[in-house]
Amino acid sequence: MSGTIVTITSGKGGVGKTTATANIGVALASEGARVVCIDADIGLRNLDVVMGLENRIVYDLVDVVEGRCKLRQAMIKDKRLSELYLIPAAQTRDKTAVSPQDMIRLTDDLRDEYDWILIDSPAGIERGFRNAIAPADIVVIVTNPEVSAVRDADRIIGLIEAEEKGPGQLILNRVKPEMVKRGDMLGTEDILDVLAINLLGVVPEDDGVVVSSNQGMPAALDPRSRAGKAFRDVARRLRGEEVPFEALESRDGFFGRIARLVRPGGDA
Amino acid sequence: MSFFQRLTGSRNRSAVAARERLHLVLVHDRAELPPGKLEAMKDDIIAAISRHIEIDTRGVSVSLTRDRHAQRLVADIPLAPPRARR
Repeated sequence: MSGTIVTITSGKGGVGKTTATANIGVALASEGARVVCIDADIGLRNLDVVMGLENRIVYDLVDVVEGRCKLRQAMIKDKRLSELYLIPAAQTRDKTAVSPQDMIRLTDDLRDEYDWILIDSPAGIERGFRNAIAPADIVVIVTNPEVSAVRDADRIIGLIEAEEKGPGQLILNRVKPEMVKRGDMLGTEDILDVLAINLLGVVPEDDGVVVSSNQGMPAALDPRSRAGKAFRDVARRLRGEEVPFEALESRDGFFGRIARLVRPGGDA
Repeated sequence: MSFFQRLTGSRNRSAVAARERLHLVLVHDRAELPPGKLEAMKDDIIAAISRHIEIDTRGVSVSLTRDRHAQRLVADIPLAPPRARR
């Protein structure tokens, strides 16, 4: 069986690509899949820290491409999950050190032995983005419920379609259900309405994500984390399971408001 | 906020503005026609039509719209009232 290559991208920086990559990787591997995560953000290495593997780096992606080590030597084995690996980005080079062809060759080598190859794309639409999407079977676009992030996601969707990699799948990250409820944040439907793309996941804002990245322990490892649960659902949908979306935004409607008004100590 | 507004959640909130701004910015991005350029085009359209028929230039609106299938440039060009045209 041949592995599936999934590229996680966004256009805009800071929306949670790296967090999503680490968490989806962890979620897939904890269900027994063989997973390799590749940090394609050359010059701005980050995925290693989010996965908690920064102390074990010897070789990186550019070392592999330039023939200084074998592919397997650059693969860092995860501490917790036996079938999860990371290929880190080079920290001292830039995007031009790798070509889209290099990425295709490298991932083709991995396909035979691994079920999932996840590529963490850099922000932007330049060379690094092109490198990251070149080998992709599935492109996952991460966005936040903000006008700027959704606008960039729309641009990325257009570029992905032009490369015939489209239409891609959407993860809406850092949703605050309370703000959506009171009408101060774009909701899932608002965003799907303009982007016309398949929804892969909705991840609530969760302070635990900061705590877990402080510790290098992706939230998907924590059974109590709400964001972790959302990422585990994403992983299951990638595997083809039908997973219902949790109603983050509709916990109270008209009657909930009345209840809050009536209940002493509510914010009414 | 009044009791009724709180009850129905009908107060105009920032998500409404976000939605409108997002729609507008995407319509221009996708057409690769920034708002300033559209404005310049509107002036050209007014000039071209005015050579043939008198129009109410202040009432002219030119905008981009989008539905599921296509993007459209929609121009609404009111003619000058009949008396003024004479």
